[in-house]
Amino acid sequence: MLLEGSNRRIHSVHRHAGMAMAGLAADGRQIVSQARGEANSYLSNYGEEIPIKELCDRVASYVHLCTLYWWLRPFGSAALLGGYDRDGPQLYMIEPSGVAYRYFGAAVGKGRQAAKTEIEKLNLSEMTCREGVIEVAKILYSVHDEAKDKAFELEMSWICDESNREHQRVPADLLEDAKAVAKAALEEDMDAD
Amino acid sequence: MAMFMQQQTDDSSFKKNMLFRGQQDQSSALPSVGFVPAKSPTTHTQYPYVTGSSVLGIKYKDGVLIAADCGGSYGSTLRYKSVERLKAVGKSTVIGASGEISDFQQIMRYLDELTLKDKMWDDGNTLGPKEVHNYLCRVMYNHRNKFDPLWNTLILGGVKNGVKYLGMVSMIGVHFEENHVASGFGNHLARPIFRDEWKEDLSLEEGILLLEKCFRVLLYRDRSAVNKLQVANITAEGITISKPYALRTEWEYKAFQNPTQGVEGSW
Repeated sequence: MLLEGSNRRIHSVHRHAGMAMAGLAADGRQIVSQARGEANSYLSNYGEEIPIKELCDRVASYVHLCTLYWWLRPFGSAALLGGYDRDGPQLYMIEPSGVAYRYFGAAVGKGRQAAKTEIEKLNLSEMTCREGVIEVAKILYSVHDEAKDKAFELEMSWICDESNREHQRVPADLLEDAKAVAKAALEEDMDAD
Repeated sequence: MAMFMQQQTDDSSFKKNMLFRGQQDQSSALPSVGFVPAKSPTTHTQYPYVTGSSVLGIKYKDGVLIAADCGGSYGSTLRYKSVERLKAVGKSTVIGASGEISDFQQIMRYLDELTLKDKMWDDGNTLGPKEVHNYLCRVMYNHRNKFDPLWNTLILGGVKNGVKYLGMVSMIGVHFEENHVASGFGNHLARPIFRDEWKEDLSLEEGILLLEKCFRVLLYRDRSAVNKLQVANITAEGITISKPYALRTEWEYKAFQNPTQGVEGSW
């Protein structure tokens, strides 16, 4: 009954950065909102787009803040922050405890253990973004448990040289291709079993 | 959340001018008791410093053409010769500004924020020329109401959903939409030519010729015009802003040659 595309979990933080969140959706949106505010104020002050490390530090401090006082509750969601600045593309994960690390591959939410294992198998240093789209779709489909989990809608965004270093949704045709390949790979696995 | 407010740079003159109980005013010999009144009322800039001259805009068959020169005058000095006064806003609008260049830069910052926020919604909608025009009208009018005008006349042109749009906003918030607009001296020198020679469905070449003709008149007669102009072309396909180029001008008239011939006492 849910309208397709209405439950967004990936949001743009600025032109050069985007965030995906897992957990309580409302909490996640608040983190994104805070990140947008930080990015805007940095641009206002320094005339330059905020470096991703700086943005991550600021958001992580905010998330951590909410663990310090009795009248605040910790955020019930983790966020994956991806961006492209002068130092190249970077990925950070901010957890509800306020801890944030940089990753080359990360997963949050249900099924993250299995997803992490799959990501570790990939050769990330050689993979292009286009190839990555297909790999990520495959992982998501393989980790999804048909019996226990509800039907899901795949949402993907990227930042790469191809997208002009801007955070944008993966083009619809590429996403459809990725989904098709992922579904085919899943069926192969099922047949193999 | 009260705890985590972002640092706001508070540049109101209120704080600078008012002194409260107990504070000593170092520069005067007033006693440090009681409420010391403000020394002077808060004022904003009342006059422009670096100004751009005219901007011309016309609708033609496939879209909108806007032209502006690359000059920034400092009073009567033609000080800056590479000021880009035509900027794209999103994918479907071009804004051209005459008047104070720093205010134009501020307007571009407002528009940048606006388009970025709009882009981050990611809902398939984009701001078209009509929306941008309306936003700028509100901004200009509200600034004027606070006696702090953005000293610009803005020409907005664009094409969205096949509909051509060309409009103007002045520094006091006066705005309208027309088939041909001009700002500054262009109003007096170019618009009469537009009124005679503009017609529906001009081709691109005719449109550019018309703009160049008016621009040449401005070059000859407006002291703040500089012979380096850019033309922006907005169609349904997108925006192209040309590189700056110069127009040929004619100075070989006989009257200009040897101007002091026959004048008594000339040297």
